[in-house]
Amino acid sequence: MSKGRFGVHGGQFVPEILMNAINEFEEAYNKYRNDPEFVSELDTLMREYAGRPSRLYFAEKMTRDLGGAKIYLKREDLNHTGSHKINNCIGQCLIAKKMGKTRVIAETGAGQHGVATATVAALLGLECEIFMGKEDTIRQALNVYRMKLLGAKVNAVETGTMTLKDAVNEAMREWSCRLSDTHYVLGSVMGPHPFPTVVRDFQSVIGREIKAQLFEKEGRLPDVVMACVGGGSNAMGAFYEFIKDENVRLIGCEAAGLGVDNPKNAATVANGTLGIFHGMKSYFCQDSYGQIAPVYSISAGLDYPGIGPEHANLHDTGRAQYVPVTDEEAVAAFEYLSRTEGIIPAIESAHAVAYCMKLAPTMDKDKVIVVNLSGRGDKDVAAIARYRGENIYE
Amino acid sequence: MNDIKTAFKNKKAFIPFVTAGDPDLETSEKLIEQMSKSGADIIEIGIPFSDPIAEGAVIQQADLRAISAGTTTDKIFDMVSRAGSKVECPLVIVTYMNPIFVYGTDRFMKKCGECNISGVIVPDTPFEEKEELAPYCEKYGVELISFASCSSENRVKMIAKQAQGFLYCVGAENKSVSDTVSVAKSVSDIPCVVALEDATARQARSAAEYADGIVCDTAVVRLIEKYGRDCKEPVCEFIKSMKLAITQ
Repeated sequence: MSKGRFGVHGGQFVPEILMNAINEFEEAYNKYRNDPEFVSELDTLMREYAGRPSRLYFAEKMTRDLGGAKIYLKREDLNHTGSHKINNCIGQCLIAKKMGKTRVIAETGAGQHGVATATVAALLGLECEIFMGKEDTIRQALNVYRMKLLGAKVNAVETGTMTLKDAVNEAMREWSCRLSDTHYVLGSVMGPHPFPTVVRDFQSVIGREIKAQLFEKEGRLPDVVMACVGGGSNAMGAFYEFIKDENVRLIGCEAAGLGVDNPKNAATVANGTLGIFHGMKSYFCQDSYGQIAPVYSISAGLDYPGIGPEHANLHDTGRAQYVPVTDEEAVAAFEYLSRTEGIIPAIESAHAVAYCMKLAPTMDKDKVIVVNLSGRGDKDVAAIARYRGENIYE
Repeated sequence: MNDIKTAFKNKKAFIPFVTAGDPDLETSEKLIEQMSKSGADIIEIGIPFSDPIAEGAVIQQADLRAISAGTTTDKIFDMVSRAGSKVECPLVIVTYMNPIFVYGTDRFMKKCGECNISGVIVPDTPFEEKEELAPYCEKYGVELISFASCSSENRVKMIAKQAQGFLYCVGAENKSVSDTVSVAKSVSDIPCVVALEDATARQARSAAEYADGIVCDTAVVRLIEKYGRDCKEPVCEFIKSMKLAITQ
C-alpha cells in the first residue's frame, strides 16, 4: 500500500489531513505529465522564460590549471532567477494552476527556491507565501527583499533551529490549514510521495541536456557527473539520466560544515542514520532517540538534516557516491572559480566545485567530469566577504 | 492492560494530554496519577519530538522544554510503568514516527505492552503507511489509533472501517469536525473523539453532543507552561470542570 518507495526509502509519512491534497496532486501530475498541451506549455516556458537549455561550458583554464580530467560546467546558474530551482517551480506551478489553485506556498533555505517560486507565481498570477528560517532571512537578506519585490509574502520562521527544516515544518503546517486554494511547491526531491518523483522529473531536464550537449562536444558520455546535495534536487536532476549508464560515476557533495567529525555539519550520508521524517524514510542527522539534530553549513541551501529518498537508495545500492565537503573547502572553491573562470558560483554549488578540484588532478586527461553549477553566487558575496573578515553588509 | 472500549461505556470520555518530561518527569508522573483521580477516562502521554509538524507552537515549545530537560524515551517508559500501576484509566502514547522507528518499532511496542500502554497515536503515519506499525502493535496488544479528516469522505470511511481503539476526528477547511464524525459513524461503531484547542465548558458540552470523547491537549499544556511544577492543582481543577461539563 505504501507508495513512492526507492528501495526501503520514501513513502508518505504525513498527517492524515494532508493525504487528500497529496493524492489529488499525484492524480493531477499523472494526468498532465504526458498531456501534449501541458508539455508544450512547459517546454515553451522552460525555453522562452527560464532560458533553457542552459549551457554546458568547457572550463578550459580550470582544466589546464588542475592538470587532469576535462572539466565541463553545466550552467544552471544562467537560468532565469539564477539557479536550477526554476525548472521545478514552472512545472509545479503550472500543475497547481490547472488544478484550480490560486495560491502557492513554499519553504526556502538559501532563498533560491523561494525566489523561483515567487517569480513563477508572479508570472502565472498566483498568490505566493514563502516560509524561511529566521536565521536564513538574515544570512540571505537580499533574497528576502527579492521575493518581496516579486509580490510574495515572506514569513520568517522562529521555531526550532530557525533554518530550512523549520521552514519545511511551517510550510506543512500552513498547508494543513489551507488546502482548498493552496498548493505546496516543495522545492527538493524530498518529502512525501509524489514530491521526490515529481521534482526529480522536472529537474531531470538537466541530465538530458548534459548528455546531448556533451555528445555534441565530445561524442561520448562523461566519466563523472557531480553536484552538491542538500535535499538533492539539482543532483537528482543531473544524475537521473545517467543512472542506467553504469560507467558514469555519480558523486553527490554534502555540506560538512566545520568537518564531519565536528558537531557543526550537515553531512547526512556521512553521519546520518535511517529515520522517518518530513514525509519520508531516508537518512537523517539525529540522536539515538530519533530527535532531529541541529545541523550546520555555511550554505543555507545545504543546511538540512536529511536527504531525498532516491539519493538514500542510490547510496545503498552504491550507484552514487556521497562525499563531505567543508565550509573552508567550499569557500576556497568559490574564490577559485571566480578568479579562474570568471564565474561566481553559489556557495552550494561551490561544494561540488571543491570536490572536482580534488578529483580532477587524479584523473587522466582524456577523462571528462561534468560539474552541475546549480546556482550563481551573487547572493553569497556579502556572506563570503564576512567569512573572510571583511565587514560588508548588503 | 486497560481496555479503551470501557472508557467510552455509557459515558462521554474526557481525554487530557500531557507532554512527558514537561517541565520534568517527576511532575508528569504525579500529574498522570492526579489526572486519573480527577476524572480522566483516558490519558494521552506525549513522547516529545524535536519537530512535531502536526502540532502548533504551544506543544512544540512543550516538546522542546522536555527534551532540553533531558527527557528520553527510556526514561519516559520508566516513568509510565511506575505511573501506570497507580491509575485506573487506559494510557495511550502520542508521538511521531521517528522516535518509534529509531528506538526500534518492535522494541518500542514491546515496551508499551510491558508498561500497560493501551494504544499509540502517531500523527505523521497515515493509513497508507500503517504497516510500518500495525504488525508490531498487534504482536504486543497495543491498539493503533487513527486520524480521520472529512477533506475526503471516502478516506474517512476507509479509515473508520479498520479503526482500532478510538478514531481521532479532525475537521477540514470549510467543513466541521462533526461532519467527519457523522461520516465515520455511518460505517463503523468505533468511538469518535474530537480535540478542543481552547477548551471552554460550553465548547466541550456542544462537542459532546456529537462526539464520544473530548481530547484536551493545548489547553492542558498551556496550564503546565504557566504553572510549571505547581501545575497539578490547576490542571486537575480544569479536568474536573471539563468532565462535569460533558457529563451533564
